[in-house]
Amino acid sequence: MQVANKLTPFFENLNFERDDNTMVINFGPQHPSAHGQLRLVLELDGEQVVKAYPDIGYLHRGIEKMAENMTYNEFLPTTDRLDYIASTSNNYAYALAVEKLIGVEAPRRAQVIRTMLLELNRVISHLFFVATHALDVGAMSVFLYAFREREFAMDLMEDYCGARLTHSAVRIGGVPLDLPEGWLENAAAFCDKVDYEIEHTYGALLNENRIWKMRLEDVGVISAEDALSWGCTGPMLRGSGVQYDIRKEEPYELYSELDFDIPVSERCDSYGRFRLYMEEMKQSTRIIRQLIPMYAETEPQLMAHAPQYISAPKEEIMTQNYALMQHFVLVTQGMRPPKGEVYVPTESPKGELGFYIKSEGEPYAYRLKCRAPSFFHTGLLQELLVGTYIADVVTIIGTTNIVFGEVDR
Amino acid sequence: MRKYVPKDNVQGKAYYTDRFWVAPRVPRSEVEDAHFAAVVTALGDLAKETYVEIGQLVVHIDATNNVAVLKTLKEECGYTQCSEQSAVDYLAKDGEFELFYQLLNVNEAKRVRVVCRIKKGEAIESVTSLFKSANFAEREMFDMFGIKVNNHPFLKRIIMPDDWEGHPLLKTYPLHGDEFASWYEVDKIFGKEYRDIIGPENRDPAKVDRHDTKRFSRVGYEVPFGADISEGEKEQPVEYSETFLVDYNKKASKQLDERR
Repeated sequence: MQVANKLTPFFENLNFERDDNTMVINFGPQHPSAHGQLRLVLELDGEQVVKAYPDIGYLHRGIEKMAENMTYNEFLPTTDRLDYIASTSNNYAYALAVEKLIGVEAPRRAQVIRTMLLELNRVISHLFFVATHALDVGAMSVFLYAFREREFAMDLMEDYCGARLTHSAVRIGGVPLDLPEGWLENAAAFCDKVDYEIEHTYGALLNENRIWKMRLEDVGVISAEDALSWGCTGPMLRGSGVQYDIRKEEPYELYSELDFDIPVSERCDSYGRFRLYMEEMKQSTRIIRQLIPMYAETEPQLMAHAPQYISAPKEEIMTQNYALMQHFVLVTQGMRPPKGEVYVPTESPKGELGFYIKSEGEPYAYRLKCRAPSFFHTGLLQELLVGTYIADVVTIIGTTNIVFGEVDR
Repeated sequence: MRKYVPKDNVQGKAYYTDRFWVAPRVPRSEVEDAHFAAVVTALGDLAKETYVEIGQLVVHIDATNNVAVLKTLKEECGYTQCSEQSAVDYLAKDGEFELFYQLLNVNEAKRVRVVCRIKKGEAIESVTSLFKSANFAEREMFDMFGIKVNNHPFLKRIIMPDDWEGHPLLKTYPLHGDEFASWYEVDKIFGKEYRDIIGPENRDPAKVDRHDTKRFSRVGYEVPFGADISEGEKEQPVEYSETFLVDYNKKASKQLDERR
């Protein structure tokens, strides 16, 4: 073992040329298309990958450890840092898990707002995917167009919660704020805009693009059985012909009342998955459109009424002594959910984002496990990359749509 | 007398506890659902205890039967996906780890959690032959808890560096890292001989200089901005070495002497 320090650095690919004439190369963690901090150790025979070893952990912040040392409400902003492309879906998955644990349901208006934000985040995330995936593969202009629309979506998020990246737009038991004036009109306009652009810009640029199809078709083929076995979820699973969407199969929030389709692709390759993402964006805008009239029919209550766990509205805290006392206890000590364990899956843009919470009746979670879709999609790379050519490696990493905030946690 | 701090669980604790408070339990119901009942029948004697908690079937098993149980669930009951696998540290209370496997049946849209317990130092059999997703999940469990997994194809640390000591999610492991963690980067980047010059890494983001009246106000009394309140007591600034690291205190950051 070498002693590695600044003067004698450690080279992982020291055995550059080996007896069997394969070459070991290091892909990442600073490679621009490594999606953050993925390090791949690839063993190459010529240009063909013989062995792939994904090495993760460069963005490890110990979020599960932090969860054991924070009260339930304190931890919520930390979940922003999991899948930082679509923060609200993490906030929501966590809030939903805690709500299931304490047996609280958010009021109707909060549900409408949450579902709208979740779908808006799905569009943000999918636009990001289309943009960066195209950029990785070499199509520069799609990136510029997709980020333009993503900017509008981020503006909507900013109008709602004031943040563009780390939203924290959901609270345990509801949402903190009502929609600002004119938000729904802007959201409707955004839906029209995105629908138009999907068809006429990204679709027109990519769908039948010869180079794009040559780079993506039959690259990264995953059979349905493999996809299930490797724990693939979301578009990775539906891209392999398994029609499973948690929004449809195990509905939460308002999804049981909404009318939307689950696109599925039988192609099992990167191109099929790309088309799936495009189709899902259309479904998301369809959902947002349905939610806009539903908002007007709701009562203005935003947070659930559960004094043991959730603070009363600000007006009550300021006017009623008992509400203030409860608020004080909840802020200084934190809520104490009942003993028990819960696993709640939600359909985040990347796949199944689930929180397992083990509570021992303390204000701190005894154990919190974040089931991140990207973690399992990264694990799949060690099998998926074998036999492919080095030029396709970037395409395959792109198609898995991994975000390292949630891989390393 | 100093307050006793237990060493077997150094995680966050409620600072206020009511000795008459008995935490309620999330209701557990009998298995009534037809599909879950069929699962319980298929498992037979392998299942020690079964109940439904928040919509999901929970099956307690013997740790030695984990592969057999998961094989039955996969092949007979259609649980083709292992969504998650990890552990909970109960070493302080029972001297045991609680392991759970979270399984999904895609056709029925049902979820089962298989729970088993192992003693400290015991190993568990790998289920990678049934579910490939367990490959990464078991490695993570090994990394975070130090639970050995038999017949795993590549049992190696996954998130922490290979030469790390300690397992971060154990209840005995402090949030800000242990002694090893505070020297790890110094040793790695500069070498052990620079320990005296650089000092241990401070991972406490909340560290404040209590004599600093420019950035922090006092609680209970007011002091003029920038006043010296050290009363001759020696200041302990955050120490950066001149030779190796930029002294952010002086050069890079600007401190205002006057209030704007």
